[in-house]
Amino acid sequence: MAKRIDVNDLNVYYSKFLAVEGVSINIEPKSVTAFIGPSGCGKSTFLRTLNRMHEVIPGGRVEGQVLLDGDDLYGAGVDPVTVRSQIGMVFQRPNPFPTMSIKDNVLAGVKLNGTKISRSDADDLVEKSLRGANLWNEVKDRLDKPGSGLSGGQQQRLCIARTIAVKPDVILMDEPCSALDPISTLAIEDLINELKSDYTVVIVTHNMQQAARVSDKTAFFNIAGTGKPGKLIEFNDTTAIFSNPEQKATEDYVSGRFG
Amino acid sequence: MSATTTNLNNKANGNSAPPVRKRNSLAKGKLPKWAIWAIAAGSIVLGAAASTLTGFNVASFAIYSAIIFLIAASVITTVVEGKRRGKNAMWTYLIYAAFIVALIPLASVLYTVLQKGLPGINSHFLFSSMNGVTGAVDNQTVANGEPVIGGAYHAVMGTLLITLWATLISVPVGMLTAVYLVEYGQGKALSKAITFFVDVMTGIPSIVAGLFAAALFGIILGPNARMGIVAAVALSVLMIPTVVRSTEEMLKIVPNELREASFALGVRRWRTILKVVIPTAISGIASGVTLAIARVIGETAPILVTAGIASNINLNVFANWMSTLPTFIYYQILTPTSPTNVDPSVQRAWAAALLLILMVMALNLIARLVASIFAPKKGR
Repeated sequence: MAKRIDVNDLNVYYSKFLAVEGVSINIEPKSVTAFIGPSGCGKSTFLRTLNRMHEVIPGGRVEGQVLLDGDDLYGAGVDPVTVRSQIGMVFQRPNPFPTMSIKDNVLAGVKLNGTKISRSDADDLVEKSLRGANLWNEVKDRLDKPGSGLSGGQQQRLCIARTIAVKPDVILMDEPCSALDPISTLAIEDLINELKSDYTVVIVTHNMQQAARVSDKTAFFNIAGTGKPGKLIEFNDTTAIFSNPEQKATEDYVSGRFG
Repeated sequence: MSATTTNLNNKANGNSAPPVRKRNSLAKGKLPKWAIWAIAAGSIVLGAAASTLTGFNVASFAIYSAIIFLIAASVITTVVEGKRRGKNAMWTYLIYAAFIVALIPLASVLYTVLQKGLPGINSHFLFSSMNGVTGAVDNQTVANGEPVIGGAYHAVMGTLLITLWATLISVPVGMLTAVYLVEYGQGKALSKAITFFVDVMTGIPSIVAGLFAAALFGIILGPNARMGIVAAVALSVLMIPTVVRSTEEMLKIVPNELREASFALGVRRWRTILKVVIPTAISGIASGVTLAIARVIGETAPILVTAGIASNINLNVFANWMSTLPTFIYYQILTPTSPTNVDPSVQRAWAAALLLILMVMALNLIARLVASIFAPKKGR
């Protein structure tokens, strides 16, 4: 559990368009890393390359290395499906499967893959995952009800429960709170702090207070202009990024003087 | 009583509430609710008068009344409520009129078929074939005033079997095509070609589809290969494009987020399609398929050239000629069993027409039922 990620000089393309250029970053196991930066700077695109979700988009491809505990995700013969089962992802908008109950949503990663699981194991996994996502007490009496009947914040925690049910090593979160109210946001942030003890967490956020609250390290991405590739400007401890950044651009961005 | 209460309240509030008036000033310049009914009544009277001038009949009475009502209602609304509301009234009533005009043929068809078909519907008609029913039999029943002999059981079974086989052929082909188009072929030349040819197929006249199937089986089995399965192939040529189109539309509206969520859990693409995408879209797909069935169940021409016509019960689609309800109707009307006494044939044809309409209606109801059963559950 909880592996490290090392990225070496990664270029990310949409067909011919270079979206993110030359990113090298080392993400420690059992830590929370936040990606911040203006819209369109490629932080979400970069996040999606960490579990090979980028190539789902037609024309999406990368150059460079992404190492998960030393194994190259983009090496020859690597099945993206294997990568994604080890590196889970939570999306911006909560997206529980509408045809499934709460319970089936949690078990989706297991059941959709056709893995046989005994009823008692399944019940244990559901309870463990929902407890892990701080949702158990709210839904334990209605596990057979559809997941789409939950509130937005509960749905997002359901999606997190679904992600941790497949026991990944790393959890990627793409602006997980941007569609949620402050109370749900707080619940998710608390959850991220707990997840840190078992998983490596990488989170993209537009909310700098959130980055400051939840992350150990922060990476600031920026873009020189429209049509130019996004770049990693600075990567450091969160406290350093917010109190004493090395780069002028980072300081402008975190202090709100940007653009 | 209420006035006293209001006064008391006013006193309690230190008379701060505004005095109670009869009409709300914000609702000024509006026609009272009864006005539109008064206009309608007036229009009907005027319409009747105008119609009488040109020789009264129901059609001209209805048309004159409608036109007078439209003009009167929009003019009066314009005068009392202003230009914008006048225009609104005119378009509202025009749309109601269009709706009624669209409903008239439907109501008329239902009425006629019920009126002429109901007398012929009985258990004898439903459960016996035309086997052995000749012109002499019809002549005799007419002469003796006995109930009509001979039924449509063979045609009902033929319709059900041929449509079932057509569905069995077209649904897998159509659904797999749509899955390829939406899930695998986005932007590829092959998928563009398929889309183009599916569009072309939509426009194929049904008789051409029938000739195609007849010719195809003619090559394989010799020139007189007429049987149920040939008709089923002809109908599936007509059904496939409809199934492809409706399935494609349904798969397209499945949010991409669901596919990504499934991929991100490490689920393979084919499993994602089978377990996430299709179940999410299944209600729409099912109703699309049922509507496609409803469309081909009434085909006549392709059945005639592929399955021929039969008066006996044949439940084997792989041998011998077969009748369906449309070809049964066609033959009863065009070549009555007894050329001198056509009434029994006409009665059988109308009864068969009623059966066909009932079958299509049942299919539409089933489509709705299926859609609501499979629809993603909402609720807390």
